[in-house]
Amino acid sequence: MTTLDSSKEIQKNNSEVNETHEDFRMFGLVTFLIADGMTFAGFFAAYLTYKAVNPLPDGAIYELELPIPTLNTILLLVSSATFHKAGKALLKDKNSDSQKWLFITASLGIIFLICQLFEYFHLPFGLTDNLFASTFYALTGFHGLHVTLGTLMILIIAWQSRINGGRLTSQNMFPLEAVELYWHFVDGIWVILFIILYLL
Amino acid sequence: MTISIDPQKTNNESLQPKGWLRYFSFSLDHKVIGIQYLVCGFLFYLIGGTLASAIRIELASPMSDFMPRDVYNQVLTLHGTIMIFLWIVPVVNGAFGNYLIPFYVGARDMAFPRLNAVAFWLIPPSGLMLVASYFVEGAAQAGWTAYPPLSITTPQSGQIIWILSVLLLGGSSIFGGINFIATIIKLRRPGLKLMQLPMYCWAMLGTSLLVVLSTPVLAGTLILLSFDIIANTGFFNPVLGGNVVVYQHLFWFYSHPAVYIMVLPAFGLVSEILPVHARKPLFGYTTMVFSIMGIVVLGLVVWAHHMFTSGTPPWMRLFFTIATAFIAVPTGIKFFNWVATLWGGKISINSAILFSCGFIINFVFGGITGVALAQVPFDIHVHDTYFVVAHFHYIVYGGTVFIIFSSIYHWFPKVTGKMLNEKLGILHFIITFIGFNLCFAPQHWLGLNGMPRRVAEYDPQFQFVNQISSLGALLMAISTIPFLINVIISVRNGKDAGDNPWNALTPEWLTSSPPPVENWEGEAPLVEEPYGYGKEIYEQK
Ligand code: HEM
Ligand SMILES: [Cu+2]
Repeated sequence: MTTLDSSKEIQKNNSEVNETHEDFRMFGLVTFLIADGMTFAGFFAAYLTYKAVNPLPDGAIYELELPIPTLNTILLLVSSATFHKAGKALLKDKNSDSQKWLFITASLGIIFLICQLFEYFHLPFGLTDNLFASTFYALTGFHGLHVTLGTLMILIIAWQSRINGGRLTSQNMFPLEAVELYWHFVDGIWVILFIILYLL
Repeated sequence: MTISIDPQKTNNESLQPKGWLRYFSFSLDHKVIGIQYLVCGFLFYLIGGTLASAIRIELASPMSDFMPRDVYNQVLTLHGTIMIFLWIVPVVNGAFGNYLIPFYVGARDMAFPRLNAVAFWLIPPSGLMLVASYFVEGAAQAGWTAYPPLSITTPQSGQIIWILSVLLLGGSSIFGGINFIATIIKLRRPGLKLMQLPMYCWAMLGTSLLVVLSTPVLAGTLILLSFDIIANTGFFNPVLGGNVVVYQHLFWFYSHPAVYIMVLPAFGLVSEILPVHARKPLFGYTTMVFSIMGIVVLGLVVWAHHMFTSGTPPWMRLFFTIATAFIAVPTGIKFFNWVATLWGGKISINSAILFSCGFIINFVFGGITGVALAQVPFDIHVHDTYFVVAHFHYIVYGGTVFIIFSSIYHWFPKVTGKMLNEKLGILHFIITFIGFNLCFAPQHWLGLNGMPRRVAEYDPQFQFVNQISSLGALLMAISTIPFLINVIISVRNGKDAGDNPWNALTPEWLTSSPPPVENWEGEAPLVEEPYGYGKEIYEQK
């Protein structure tokens, strides 16, 4: 027998010879996040280089207002905690609790985005005004894109755990754990971004 | 939690089309995907090669009489981009990696078969898009490096398509890298240790680390560049206060490692091929492993040697010169190990080992000119001349492409179950080797005497040497003919290969040729040392 030609055959083969191994999907996700982190690292490096070697003319220096980004930092840190709660609840098979926490997390993400838009509309500079402005929007915008994707994914898994009650259980935590890791990652990037862009 | 070894491979494998058709369909089988990568890459190689011939025809005379100057720039850009992003990178990584790695780790498929298929299927559309961009108004003409401000100020629609397709190809490459890392680290059959893996696994692990760490930086850079073009921001536009050198730093942070993304897998492949045809074990396994990892680490910190003429401060020049020179150490270790593997072996002269030996010769030459280029005073003299063109073609063509052919000759029997014709193969090698050296060796002279690269017109004093070079290019173009004929007739009526025609000791040869869908009928073979598979058969002979 050189090729397997009936599905029965394959199934038999599968159960007979297939070894089992630990779940490596999380490992794949971590590798992906390292790659994603490198994109941010590139942006940060560009920003810091500009700051060091491309000084703006005096009139074009802006003081960034701190209240909104500080609020946003708190929002994201809290959302990391609420997401953690959702995982804990699911682990104890308290599905509706878990959904509640997921919705809270998603709401925090949405509030974050609204605050960011609010900040954009009240800034005295636009995307093409000068180098600093462009880098500012590129960095925060790229991060905002990540928050948007994350929020969408949270809503999707919340919805998954609602329908037919079986997709997301304490037996199958992977979707939740994956999105949670991604969310913590996005939060972590925000903290670095906050320090580099607003505080330095 | 544990899941079965190929969680996503489902029973509907048998619903997949049979025969030739399955190579054109969305398949999850790593072997099919590997072949898809190879065939797709080869088609783009033919396109890129045609463009190269056009370039050399133009350069056979000092005036720009074959094509207008901006067309020359567009052809040059398309040629470089296709060769790097659609031929070498997908083939040495995607094609051979997909075909071999699961065998080497004793698995029935890659870690993420679906992601794998997605990674492949990103390539044909983005490649076609890239080729099609030539026909829109204002095709990209800023070279494969797309340096601003040129890439911002030249006509833009083509440049935007160029960026988009390179982004997609980068994405494909990252997905592939993630898959390889997961497969090699996590999917090894129980009990198989890292230090028991064949060399190519190590090479792919190192390459994939480079892909994951550096390709995203290129993606970010190109996104910023596209903002500069579309939204008129000024990241890299000096007129708007931007900084072109920042682009160069970010670009070379990817593109220097990229040269290792192209050549490390070739290192791995040649380490598989030489021992088999020299009938000797690979010399210095452990040093080979450490030199790969050394190259990965050093490869990440030497990018600015491409920027010695970009106003880099002296301390930077010093640092990057020294770091670059250090790469010669692990590379030298590998070279001496290959030679030691050949030394005193019972070498059987066939196409596979000829191409591998050709690789060693060309690569040493390219490596030496590389070390020379890393010396600032010398680099300032020959920067942006044909010397650089000669250097990197010695590496990417004389190195990597030679190994691609060597690997095709070596693994063709496994993949198709048929042998290739050796006479045609040796003819292919001879024409390629002569053509290649005739084409690129004279370019060192051209560069040293000051002929700049990326121009359609040059000083008439260089004409004779350029004609020799063009003659070599013609031979290289001709050399594909015996190869193609060979493949076509051998697939149809080649000699039957049997399971292990070379008496090789790596695990893919323990299964039938071509291998069954699940790679092995029973369990994956178990071994203690990297090259111990089927040793009993080997010792009998
Ligand atoms: C390992 C395989 C290698 C590949 C695939 C490779 C490829 C290339 C390519 C494509 C370029 C031209 C870039 C451009 O378009 O401007 C280049 C330039 C250069 N390479 Fe390599 N290279 C390799 C190895 C080396 C080594 C081992 C060294 C030094 C030890 C080296 C040093 C340089 C330098 C200094 C330049 C810049 C020359 C200039 O632009 O003035 N390369 N290489
Ligand atoms: Cu380099």
